[in-house]
Amino acid sequence: MAMAAGSARNAAEREQRVWKLLGAVPDPEIPVLSIVDLGIVRHVREGADGALRVGITPTYSGCPATEVIRRAVRAALDAGGCTDAIIEEVLSPPWTSDWLTAEGRAKLQAFGIAPPEDPGSRAVTCPRCGSRTSARVSEFGSTPCKAHYRCSACGEPFDYFKCL
Amino acid sequence: MNAAVATGEAHGRYVLRLADTALVLGQRLGEWVGHAPALEEDMALANLSLDLIGQARLLLAYAGELEGQGRDEDALAFLRDAPEFMNLTLAEQPNGDFGHTIVRQWLIDSWQLEIYQGLAASTDTRLAAIAAKALKETRYHYRFSRGWLVRLGDGTAESQRRVQRSLDELWRFTAELFAPDEIDERMSAAGIAPALPQLAGQWSTHTDQDLAAATLGRPPAQAYPWHGKRGVHTEYLGHLLSELQHLQRTYPGARW
Repeated sequence: MAMAAGSARNAAEREQRVWKLLGAVPDPEIPVLSIVDLGIVRHVREGADGALRVGITPTYSGCPATEVIRRAVRAALDAGGCTDAIIEEVLSPPWTSDWLTAEGRAKLQAFGIAPPEDPGSRAVTCPRCGSRTSARVSEFGSTPCKAHYRCSACGEPFDYFKCL
Repeated sequence: MNAAVATGEAHGRYVLRLADTALVLGQRLGEWVGHAPALEEDMALANLSLDLIGQARLLLAYAGELEGQGRDEDALAFLRDAPEFMNLTLAEQPNGDFGHTIVRQWLIDSWQLEIYQGLAASTDTRLAAIAAKALKETRYHYRFSRGWLVRLGDGTAESQRRVQRSLDELWRFTAELFAPDEIDERMSAAGIAPALPQLAGQWSTHTDQDLAAATLGRPPAQAYPWHGKRGVHTEYLGHLLSELQHLQRTYPGARW
């Protein structure tokens, strides 16, 4: 009993350590965010068999960063001594921009990318001057996850991390 | 089609049809890169293309597993000949002008919306997961194509004339969208796929609403021997594939 509780605690500690490792892996397209900030890492689990499984999900089906991320996760796990860890792809439930962490949203804003707004809201806040009056230039931007906006107050163009 | 198609084989073929429509349309849209009328639209079409190719990869990988002959997504995309492709005939039609591409896109987006919505409730959990993900992307695609359809239809006399002409030209290929064959019927009976005749009514209602907003006339239904899903294609697919497959055919096994 005591041993089981002890190994469960060890497993939880190991899982925490892996979350930390992955928290240092930047997203290749928006490097101010880690893949944990983006909600790409779905689970880190040590099974009863001792195998560590890391679940990652793509943001968009065709996101070209997905494979780069997979390799970066592998490299981070290997460098952290988890060479036996298994990476599994998770498709369901599908990734949503709601999984962006509060920290991730703050980092986006500071970087100059407007974080996703509540889908009911029609306004997008300019990340440079804070104005709520902006116009959508295109729903498709430089990466699948971003739309292209222009601030009506300061006139600056900016990226908006769109809702999905 | 031979009545002797086993359910397992029908399942694989059903998934392959979805995959091929996504792949062929994605490749077509990729031809626009660097050629669209404005930078924003160039990026939009490239984004749509990327999503579709991503969906195709997930579906192709699955179709390969169902087939069980060791073909992966790359083998299926790059090493099949045109008669082995099962995409909708509409998807392989050439881009034409921007309005023509928009009409083709809007027709397929509105079809995919219905299909993916239905598939999200599939008893096949893997297919349901792929569809649920693709559905979110398709909603963005549809907003884009519908938006342009309305702008061009309800635009100038010239833009109206041109998109109406494209609509008239492409409409005959829509006969294939909801016409079930043995594979569709078998998948729908197994709870794997939605029943096509039911979706046809919803699709018709939605497209009529869009056409009204775009001040475009719905062309009359035309008898057309639809055949892309059965592997019989228009002359355009071979040319598309020769570009898509050129590298793998010339340098078999080449890798990045």
